[in-house]
Amino acid sequence: MKPAPFTLLRARTCDEASEFLQRAAGSAKVIAGGQSLGPMLNLRLSRPDVLIDISGITALTEARDEDDSVVFGACITHAAIEDGRVPDPTNGFMQRVARGIAYRAVRNRGTIAGSVVHADPSADWLTTLTALGAVVEIVGVGGARSVALINFVIMPFTVDLREGEFVTGIRVRKRAADTRYGYFKFCRKAGEFASAMASVVVDTTSACGVIGATGSKPYVVAETSRFLPVSPATLADAAQHVQELAIADDPAADRANAAAFGRALKQVTK
Amino acid sequence: MKTVEGTGIGARVLRKEDDRLMRGRGSYVGDMAISGLTEVAFLRSPVAHATLNGIKVPPEIAAYVFTMDDMEGVHPIRAISGLPGFRPSEQTVLARGKIRFVGEPLAMCLAKTRAEAEDIAAMLEPDFSPLPILADTNSAEAVDAIRVHDGWADNVYLETNIEKGEASLIENAAVRVEREIKLNRQCMAPLEGKGAVAWWDERLDQLIIYASTQLPHLIRTGLSEALGIEEGRIQVVAPDVGGGFGFKSLLQPEEICIAWLAMTHRRAFRWTEDRREHLVAAANTREHHYKIEAWADAEGKLLGLRADVRVDVGAYSVWPFSACLESAQIASILPGPYVLPYYFCRTRSVATNKPPFMPYRGVARTGVCFAMELTIDALARELSIEPAELRRRNLVTPDLMPYDNITGKHFDSGDYPESLRRAVAEIDLDGLRKRQETPEDDGRLIGVGFATFCEQAAHGTSVYAAWGIPMVPGFEQAGARMTPDGGLEVRIGVHSHGQGMETSMAQVAHEILTIDFDKIKVVHGDTALTPYSTGTWGSRSMVMAGGAVSRACEILGERAKAIGAHLLQASVDKVFLKDGTVTDGIGSVTLGDIARAWYKHPQSLSADVAHEGLEVMAGYKPQVDSGTFSYATHAVTVAVDPDFGSVELLDYVVVEDGGKLVNPMIVDGQILGGVAQGIGTALYEESPYNKDAQPLASTMLDYMLPGPCEVPDVRIFHMETLSPYTAHGVKGIGEGGAIAPPAAIANAINDALQHLGVEVAETPITPERIMKALDGKTISGDSA
Repeated sequence: MKPAPFTLLRARTCDEASEFLQRAAGSAKVIAGGQSLGPMLNLRLSRPDVLIDISGITALTEARDEDDSVVFGACITHAAIEDGRVPDPTNGFMQRVARGIAYRAVRNRGTIAGSVVHADPSADWLTTLTALGAVVEIVGVGGARSVALINFVIMPFTVDLREGEFVTGIRVRKRAADTRYGYFKFCRKAGEFASAMASVVVDTTSACGVIGATGSKPYVVAETSRFLPVSPATLADAAQHVQELAIADDPAADRANAAAFGRALKQVTK
Repeated sequence: MKTVEGTGIGARVLRKEDDRLMRGRGSYVGDMAISGLTEVAFLRSPVAHATLNGIKVPPEIAAYVFTMDDMEGVHPIRAISGLPGFRPSEQTVLARGKIRFVGEPLAMCLAKTRAEAEDIAAMLEPDFSPLPILADTNSAEAVDAIRVHDGWADNVYLETNIEKGEASLIENAAVRVEREIKLNRQCMAPLEGKGAVAWWDERLDQLIIYASTQLPHLIRTGLSEALGIEEGRIQVVAPDVGGGFGFKSLLQPEEICIAWLAMTHRRAFRWTEDRREHLVAAANTREHHYKIEAWADAEGKLLGLRADVRVDVGAYSVWPFSACLESAQIASILPGPYVLPYYFCRTRSVATNKPPFMPYRGVARTGVCFAMELTIDALARELSIEPAELRRRNLVTPDLMPYDNITGKHFDSGDYPESLRRAVAEIDLDGLRKRQETPEDDGRLIGVGFATFCEQAAHGTSVYAAWGIPMVPGFEQAGARMTPDGGLEVRIGVHSHGQGMETSMAQVAHEILTIDFDKIKVVHGDTALTPYSTGTWGSRSMVMAGGAVSRACEILGERAKAIGAHLLQASVDKVFLKDGTVTDGIGSVTLGDIARAWYKHPQSLSADVAHEGLEVMAGYKPQVDSGTFSYATHAVTVAVDPDFGSVELLDYVVVEDGGKLVNPMIVDGQILGGVAQGIGTALYEESPYNKDAQPLASTMLDYMLPGPCEVPDVRIFHMETLSPYTAHGVKGIGEGGAIAPPAAIANAINDALQHLGVEVAETPITPERIMKALDGKTISGDSA
């Protein structure tokens, strides 16, 4: 079990990474922590000619504190967020999410942008960052652009990255102290991928509920605010609503989605 | 159990081997560095059933590729059973003519590194014509035109039928239950996979092979037969082995291939199994299908049991345990620890296009316990009797011991109901029944389950001769040798690969000879250094090799006493061993002095003293060789989440009786590891195959093993009823932990779901299977 042959290029700057990408003309993959791409290479599910390692680009391992948001460098690891080594715009919510990702060994190497670009619907960041309204920052031949995460993910394992582009960071808006967060995932075994998950983020002006770990991209539950404030009646209403959405088109899975959403909702009760 | 001081039998001595193992200094097949070593990768079949027309080898790599056509004179693996009607299979070590499962080795590819060898394998083009595929026992039995092995009348290795007792008893039964119970295929997943490295030693004129195996002596016998060279020209060494569990008790085609390369090329070659090979191409286990009927009277007393059992044993009969050990064991032990008046059992060992089936820790006992204990609970529910109480009413009681059960199993000793009573008390059955009256705050459903079993272990000549497989154990031998400086070397033919025998065998030796524990060295795993043995399997090592060590040390002790008496100028019948000395109670002489006298200063001894020397080989067999019967009750409390079908183990109790425990700490470790594996069988581990017999779990992402978070703190309690037949009263206990968890956990889940009128009866009990059972059911309580 080993990867097909490839050329490894280590970029020292974003410009260099861009240059490598252009030169490779489509047959390249960008690698940071390698926690998803590594196994895929070994199983030969992915066979790029060129692998461009961006984990040595210092700028991408740092978080930028801007006025109303924090921009997480693409190569910031889950462990760095878990340990509070970077600012948390969500008053501890992202730290809590990071702490529950896979195992510490995975968190030591796995990166926030790597998870987003891989776009596994069962991954923790995809669901929670969608609920947080995160924005993906991208550079490419034509310069930089940014796109809302919910639009960046086209479908599972497929994202809006054009040839020559790569993700440099994830922007997350700073939240008010009274923002409330809910996150629930069901994993068959500690550290494994979730088979049901949901996240709810509520502040004074908005409420966003997202269901993940489905066969499609993260599902934003419209009008999440109608289930607030949470009561037995609104929980029953939410459960029925999610089941009727039939996101999974499978009664047992849709029931699990509804239950996960209900448990995330319950966490924003005050 | 009271604490035993010191380092003899019964003491919780720290393991000698842990000093190297826990520091990462163990030496495994994969660790060995040999100059000029060539690594081998196997090209494996991508299809389950096909005619193999040939393998196209590009000319530039032809020198690095070997197929069966190159291996002139290598005999196929043929594991027979003497049971009437058995059909043996023939397995060429590399497929020739026909392919019978996905992963079957087709060719060997040689290179400096494994990675390069894999590249060569990728350049080969096997040419095959697909054949219809038999992916399960149903199709293998139903389809008339397709045969796994050409020329067979059907796809069954062996059918057995057994009927005992009085069938008319069931006519007046108050209750009858009928169930279909299934255990799915799984792997054994030892931490270290298989592996072998071999070379030719010109000086010794011997093939030297280091193999990750549980039974080096049998591997030597098997290699000798396969390669057609004398056993004396083969040395097999099992170095540190990272877990076996039965998987490493078979002779693998890959081992024969590596040995053949070394023999014919006179150089060193190695193959190490990778995780994917283990998951898709290696032997699987556990796949039993039961159709079972049971009858009881109104008080819950068992009247009869009728079972129709199929085992999916895959494409080949494995050497030496054969394709039928599993079903033979099923038929003989299905009645469990109970008094049963009537019994009928039909078994079929069915050939399919899947990897061969191997006995796994517990062998058939895990499946049998699952089937029988689920049936007991089904009867209890039918009669509205507390399941533990219904068990108690049927268990063999101590006043009946020794007891010959309905299939002729000779239960040696024990108090089975007491293990159940203590488990009921420890798990707090009364408290849990009260707790169940009120819904849980979190909406989960609480259940409690029990499983009681007895475990025939260390079964010997009489049992295996009746099965007629290539291996029948007889007397077990052990060697004991004093070194000139007063140390002791103990030589055993069984292999220790997690059992801690470098420690426990030393404790036995210390018990007899009183020699300083630190001066005892246990030697194992090398056919050149140890006496012949069928190896480590069947929870036999402590009973058999432990007994042999005991016997060898007794004889050695007599010789030491003779020398010591001479040196003390005392009468031999007045001296005894104490604290590493021979003493007459007045004077004493150390075993070191005795060894020095014999080896270095023989002039100090007269010619008639202990002329046989300070090295002994002794044979041992228990007075009754039909096996010891350890037993246990497992009790478990679960919480089932009806929203997700998940199961959390809240409490787990084991009350076990393994007779005299040589090292209770090691036994605890064995039970704990076994329970962890049993939890895997119960809830997580499965090797699914699709209708084309393609394996669907080829990575650890799909093949789920329990981790630390899934194994609760297991509370272990020991009883101690000595075996009347064995040295020191020990019983085999190595497998017990893995036997009952699937049964106990399933019974607990079914207890939790009882009010919904649904049951699960198939391992692993995944969330999907629980959700399927719950489909359409309204669950009371706050489940949001």
